[in-house]
Formats: sequence, C-alpha cells, structure tokens
Amino acid sequence: MNIVVAIKHIPSIADDLPVKGNNVDFDSVDFVLNEWDEHSIEQAVLIKEAVGGTVTVIGVDLIGELDNALHLALAKGADKVAKITADDPAADSHTQAKWLAEAVKGMGADMVFAGVQASNDIDGQIGAMIAAYLDMPYIGGTSAIEVSGSAATVSKEFPGGVGMKYSITLPFVAGVQSAPKPPRYAPVSKVRQMAQTATVEKIAPTGEASSGLAFKKMAPPVATGHAEMIEGSSKEVAAKIVELLKSKGLA
Amino acid sequence: MSNDVFVITEHMDGKFSDVSFELVGKAKELAKAWGGQAVAVVVGSGIASNVFASDSTIHIDDAALSHFNPEAYGKVVEALVKERSPRLVMFGWTVTGMDMAAWLSARLGVACAAYVKNIGADLTMSCAAYGGKLTAEVAPEGGMAIAACLAGSFPVEAGQGSTAAVTMASPVDLNSLKMKFVEATKPAGGDVDITSQTKLVSIGRGIGGKENMELAEELAQKLGAVVSASRPVVDAGWLPRTRQVGKSGLKVKPKLYLMLGISGAPEHLEGMQSAELIIAVNTDKKAPIFNVAHYGATADLFEVAEAMVELL
Ligand SMILES: Cc1cc2nc3c(=O)[nH]c(=O)nc-3n(C[C@H](O)[C@H](O)[C@H](O)COP(=O)(O)OP(=O)(O)OC[C@H]3O[C@@H](n4cnc5c(N)ncnc54)[C@H](O)[C@@H]3O)c2cc1C
Ligand SMILES: Cc1cc2nc3c(=O)[nH]c(=O)nc-3n(C[C@H](O)[C@H](O)[C@H](O)COP(=O)(O)OP(=O)(O)OC[C@H]3O[C@@H](n4cnc5c(N)ncnc54)[C@H](O)[C@@H]3O)c2cc1C
Repeated sequence: MNIVVAIKHIPSIADDLPVKGNNVDFDSVDFVLNEWDEHSIEQAVLIKEAVGGTVTVIGVDLIGELDNALHLALAKGADKVAKITADDPAADSHTQAKWLAEAVKGMGADMVFAGVQASNDIDGQIGAMIAAYLDMPYIGGTSAIEVSGSAATVSKEFPGGVGMKYSITLPFVAGVQSAPKPPRYAPVSKVRQMAQTATVEKIAPTGEASSGLAFKKMAPPVATGHAEMIEGSSKEVAAKIVELLKSKGLA
Repeated sequence: MSNDVFVITEHMDGKFSDVSFELVGKAKELAKAWGGQAVAVVVGSGIASNVFASDSTIHIDDAALSHFNPEAYGKVVEALVKERSPRLVMFGWTVTGMDMAAWLSARLGVACAAYVKNIGADLTMSCAAYGGKLTAEVAPEGGMAIAACLAGSFPVEAGQGSTAAVTMASPVDLNSLKMKFVEATKPAGGDVDITSQTKLVSIGRGIGGKENMELAEELAQKLGAVVSASRPVVDAGWLPRTRQVGKSGLKVKPKLYLMLGISGAPEHLEGMQSAELIIAVNTDKKAPIFNVAHYGATADLFEVAEAMVELL
C-alpha cells in the first residue's frame, strides 16, 4: 500500500496574527503544522501497520522551515519525506494543491491523505483540489479508513454523531478529520535522531494554478458585539460570575 | 454566464438542514440585485423539495443519490453548473459542502471562497479565516464564483417557502462510480442529552488534560449543569462524542453556556451561538469567542473554576 500524506504548514493561530497590506504578515508569524495533518499522518501509519506499505509525507516548504514537521512525521512512523521548495509564504491552497498533485503523480499512490481543512483555506482545502487535479474521487471528514485488497472502507462523520460508511476503489484522496486513535506522540529523542539521519527529498514546484481570488482586505473581525469584560483577579472574576448567575436565577 | 445563483442544498433522512434555507434566502437577495434567479438544487432521491422560497427548484432524482455520496453528488453538480453557468454557486461549508466546493473550483477553474460569512452585491465575500481571528475580504477575478458559507450566517426564514420543484434525471452516468454508500451508523445512546439541558459548562482544549476534567465536573455539579465540550476534548477521549457542541457535534441552546478554554472557532460557534447567556473565560484576550460571548474574562480557567467551586 502506497500512501502519500500531503501536509500544510500554516501560520499559528495561537499567536497574534499581524496584518501587512491585504494579507497576514508572514514574516512575523510562526508556522506550524495544520492540526488535522497530525490525524492524516496517524491514519496513514495505522493502515501501514495493518496491511503493510509505505507512507510518504510531503509538503510545500513555504518559509524554509518544514524540515521540523517532516522529522516529526518520520518519528511518528512515516517512511519517506519530501518537500516542495517554494519559499512563497503566501502560496494559496490552489497553488499548493497543484504543486502537490504534480509531485504525487509520479509516486504511484494508492491513497492520498490530507487534513480535512486548515484555518487558512480561504480558497478551499488542498485535499479536495489535489483530487480534482489528479482526477481521483475525494471524500472528506473521515474518521476511519480500512483497506482490504483494492478497496477501502471509509467512515465519514456527519453532525450529531451520525456516520456513513463508503466502499471506495483505490486510488482516491481523503480529507482526514480524525484518525481512529488520537495521534501518537513521538519522543523528542526520536525526532532529534530523525533530524540527524533522515534525508528530505527536495522537489521543485511544477504546474500552475490560481485561486482566482483577489484579496481586498484582511483584518480582525468587525465585532457586531463584544463581550462585556469582567475585570479583576481570577478570584474577583469568579465572584462576579457567581453573582451574575445568582442575579439571573442560574445559580 | 447567467445572473443566476445556485444553492446546493443538503438533507438527511428527507429533512433539509437550516443552512440550505439560509443560503436560499441570501441567494434570492443577490439574484434580485443581478436580475437573475435563485435556484435551489436538490440532489437526492424522492425528497419533498417544494420547501424553498427560491425562484425555481431543480430536483435531480436518482436512486443512486439516495444517500450523500461525494463522488456522485459532485459529478451531478459539476454537470449542472457547466450546463447552466450560474454567476454564483453557494454551498454550506459543511461536511457535505466541503467535499464539493473546492473540488468543483479546481475542476472548473472557477474561484472559490471558503468560511464565507457574507456576500456583497459586487461579489465581495467575507471569510472567517484563521479560526475566526481574521476576516478576509476577497473577490473573484473572473465573473463566476463558488461560495462555501458558514452555517448560521443568514436568517433561515427568508429561504422558507413552497416553490414547486422540477424533477430531472441525473445528467451524468451513475453506474460506474468508484465510491459506494454502504451503511449509516447512529450515535450510541445512553448518555445525557446536552441539547435538552438548561445549563452547560463547556470545556475546551485549554483544560490541558483528562486529569483536569474533574474540576469541570465539580463546577458543573455545583451549578446543576452538565459538562459539554469542544471537539479537541472529545477527540482526545476526555469526554464522549455525545458531549460535543458544534458543526460536527450537536447544536445547543441552553439558558447558560459557560465556556472554559474554548477559543471560539467558527465550527464551535455553529453549535452554540444562540445560547441565552454565554460567558467565556480564556487567557487570550484576542480569542474570537469574546466577539460572541455576552460576558467574558481574560483569566486562567483553573483559578476561576476553583474559586467558583468554593463560592457555590
Ligand atoms: C498537537 C501537537 C502535537 C505534538 N506532537 C509532538 C510529538 O509527537 N513529538 C514532539 O517532539 N513534539 C510534539 N509537539 C511539539 C511541537 O512539535 C513543538 O512545537 C516542537 O517540539 C518544537 O517546539 P518549538 O517551540 O521549538 O518550535 P515551534 O516554533 O513551535 O515549531 C518548530 C517546528 O515544529 C513544527 N511543529 C510545530 N507544531 C507542530 C505540530 N503541532 N505538529 C507537527 N509539527 C509541529 C513546525 O513544523 C515548526 O517548524 C506537538 C505539538 C502539538 C501542538
Ligand atoms: C469539519 C470540521 C468540523 C468541526 N466540528 C467541530 C465541532 O463540532 N465542535 C468544535 O468545537 N470544533 C469543531 N471543529 C474544530 C474547530 O475547528 C476547532 O479546532 C475547535 O473548535 C477548537 O477547540 P478549542 O477552542 O477547544 O481549542 P483551541 O482553539 O486550541 O482553543 C483553546 C483555547 O483555550 C485557551 N486557554 C488555554 N489555556 C487556558 C487556561 N489555562 N485558561 C483559560 N483559557 C485557556 C486558549 O487561549 C485558546 O483560546 C471542527 C473542525 C472541522 C474541520
């Protein structure tokens, strides 16, 4: 089983997100791995453990710092890693999807996984677009993927705990919402060891695509309302909340 | 290209989701401004589709479409959009819309905006990017666009009506699909129903670990509330799936929604923004939840929760 996992390096939303012009000021933000990529890596490694095969993790190196994430992926069980060397922090989802699709073409993938979404997917998610560019079917929001022979049984999540199962003939692309198990933790020592020994394949970006969107403005949301802030020490805050709840008959 | 607006509606067990009506309402407004029609598109089998206030409704009916199938639905929508060439195609940014919007964009080379909260008559779209921390205003460079809209962005009522649907056969062959629906699974019962609670103490990733859930339970008990959570808490296995609030969880409308360590991502807001009293405690003063909560405090959840337990 040949599984390719496409990951996305994105500005960390835990931090302040300064804006420059009509976009994020990419020079002053930390880039982190998209949260759902952890799940797609885990899902791929689980399949490999069940039926054998190779897991290749590939991403677009937007700011020259992707190696960390790739080493982490190796420590978590990936077999090979590759980066598309772009140095273009503003590359949109369409562009990244095109580059990834072109790179994946030669890899003979039975399945391509991506995270179900990323917080900067303003022009849509890369998984669905990789599928379109590779002319493979796409299914997103997956919570379990099991392979048997030339087909996979894929569980897709719907609201309220409803799930739907599909049988899909390989190859296909999945947008992983969650792996059937929480992503494993790789010890720092193992990540370090990978950093010293692993080779990261470098691939030049090929192909062109555009989101077709013009960015007119980027700014913190214009709040239609803002919470009335309760000030003071934590103890004072607690007292004020309790008081508020009592006044409304809620405590 | 026409001046029409297509809404790709969604349904489960024969019932349309609120977002479909929300989009139809908005589509009517835009189509009217452009001199086109708001067209509700129903892909499915044997569904009562005359429920929209659209200018017209198209029901593509085929037994192979009786359950959502991303491949089949995508191909049907693609064929229809190619043939009719509407100015705007609207999807919900939902578990079904997300399987089609960006895919269709790449297939057709038409611009797509996701996380859309609003659309202007000039097709400028406001998107809740970066977990809701920033709003991006984007506009398509070409004439046509696809908008994947967040649930809850427009009023439901404006889309409700009784326009008769025109039933059509599938425009594409559905016999050689690679993807086949197998079965649906329902959630396991037995747990409390968070949708019927009057008070919820809702916990986010800020709680840090399973060992801290006890504090949340203790606070909830003192308040006569039940503990609910954001998705990461459930994904980590600290609470069962039945307690999850949001897009892929449950929609709740309690009298009190006390949030500890939840950032307020669009997917969470979808499930709770109509709660009567929302109080949020978060260490990040820029957390998007403060734009939605009625009361907020920039404080440590552990300190506040412990102090509340003592006071109650
Ligand atoms: C959900 C989650 C899971 C993690 N799992 C592991 C793990 O299994 N083993 C481990 O040693 N550390 C893990 N970390 C820690 C994370 O990788 C640290 O950020 C990293 O060890 C370096 O920290 P830093 O502050 O020096 O650099 P940072 O500036 O935080 O990041 C340095 C590099 O680490 C990578 N990185 C950051 N966050 C993540 C992430 N969530 N997933 C993957 N790559 C990331 C990025 O590619 C970045 O280039 C995890 C963090 C998170 C949030
Ligand atoms: C298709 C899809 C469906 C989804 N469905 C849902 C859904 O149904 N429900 C849902 O919730 N999410 C859903 N999500 C996930 C959603 O995108 C967010 O990732 C999630 O809501 C974030 O949860 P959080 O706020 O708990 O975590 P985070 O965003 O990580 O926020 C944690 C917050 O805790 C604060 N914090 C940290 N420590 C403390 C402390 N000591 N005291 C106080 N505050 C602290 C931080 O400042 C931060 O704001 C979905 C995502 C996708 C892609």
